[in-house]
Amino acid sequence: MTRVHDMGGRFGDGPVIPEPQGIPSLNDDWQARALAITLAAGSLGQWNIDMSRHARECLSPRDYARFSYFEKWIAALADLLVQTGVLTLEDLRDATDRDHPLADRKLTRDRVAAVLAKGGPADRPCDIAPRFQVGQAVRALRPAANRLVPGGHTRLPDYAAGACGHIHRLHGAHVLPDSNAHQLGEAPEPLYAVRFAADQLWVAPEHPGDEVILDLWQSYLVPL
Amino acid sequence: MPHDDPDHPHALLPPEPALRVKALETILTRKGLIDPAALDEITDTYQNRIGPQNGADVVARAWSDPGFRTALLRDADAVVTDLGYYGRQGEHIVVVENTPDIHNMVVCTLCSCYPWPLLGIPPAWYKSDAYRARAVREPRKVLADFGVTLPAATAVRVWDSTAEIRYLVLPMRPEGSEGMDVAQLARLVTRDSMIGTGLPGLAP
Repeated sequence: MTRVHDMGGRFGDGPVIPEPQGIPSLNDDWQARALAITLAAGSLGQWNIDMSRHARECLSPRDYARFSYFEKWIAALADLLVQTGVLTLEDLRDATDRDHPLADRKLTRDRVAAVLAKGGPADRPCDIAPRFQVGQAVRALRPAANRLVPGGHTRLPDYAAGACGHIHRLHGAHVLPDSNAHQLGEAPEPLYAVRFAADQLWVAPEHPGDEVILDLWQSYLVPL
Repeated sequence: MPHDDPDHPHALLPPEPALRVKALETILTRKGLIDPAALDEITDTYQNRIGPQNGADVVARAWSDPGFRTALLRDADAVVTDLGYYGRQGEHIVVVENTPDIHNMVVCTLCSCYPWPLLGIPPAWYKSDAYRARAVREPRKVLADFGVTLPAATAVRVWDSTAEIRYLVLPMRPEGSEGMDVAQLARLVTRDSMIGTGLPGLAP
């Protein structure tokens, strides 16, 4: 029901390869450039973080699997620029030298530090009261799917769908990605850290005491 | 090289990554939508200024000052903001503390969410399919890939960053670090120890 990005729990990926401590080096210049272009284009204000995540998830499974991290970013950025009407398909084929109507929003060097420091908080005022208390038993919806848009964005991973856990913490009210990714409004609602025993998620957990905690929105959960 | 999915606009750009990035940069620059000098500034920020030294400073202070530690575990946003570590992809920080009973480990199975203002850009392994797929199901085997073995009595608690909350692990202060000041302690704090795939004072 979900997409190719939803890989938590999957078998067959092989070892994790550690690397030196410190700041990772973006050895290839194009990776650093892909990161910078994506952040600079994002500051034009034509999409939100949920739309950009969904654009990466909407890469075809074949592209998603073979693209490296920043290749996903740059492909999704091109798709998003067209989806939001900032660029046309013709622009991608053959751009002209002409200032865009959004050019006055261009991120300039002197504003970079302030934009990165400002961030984009996701907590919002909200009229929806928290339905669950810390410690309460809940079940995550099954299947893991966007219930507003078929095939749409959701942050409920497939491996947790239908699993029973306990409310660990209330984070306050946050923007609902399932709505915001599709420009249906921010629809903030209570967000919880939900604690699942490993044996609720996996057939053969490594240790009886192990747990996985996920951040899940109120509408992803039902009481037990 | 296989062709990109033709239904996606990105397929109109050159397939080779460096050429694709250059092509998009050129298009956006010609339209006045991006400033190459701003791109240089972003790169410089994440290659030279923002990195795991920020998180290490937070951890070392928590080890040194019980009042700081208490405040950090209660409301990390206020504490890291005071230190100048608030920012993009670190808007909602929660610090989780390792104890002899619980070892915390952080992943983002759905993409690669990471506390950028505290740890900088993520290492390649954090973004890898192998880490995203395996960390939730077999964290102890993943820890073994990093050379870390936990005591049998220690439970692993894996945090899957599915929302905009960014988790930072507060590792246990290593034995033998008594008498060290904040700067000395910070040098023991590795990036991986703040993700939960390493222990302080040890580098893979």
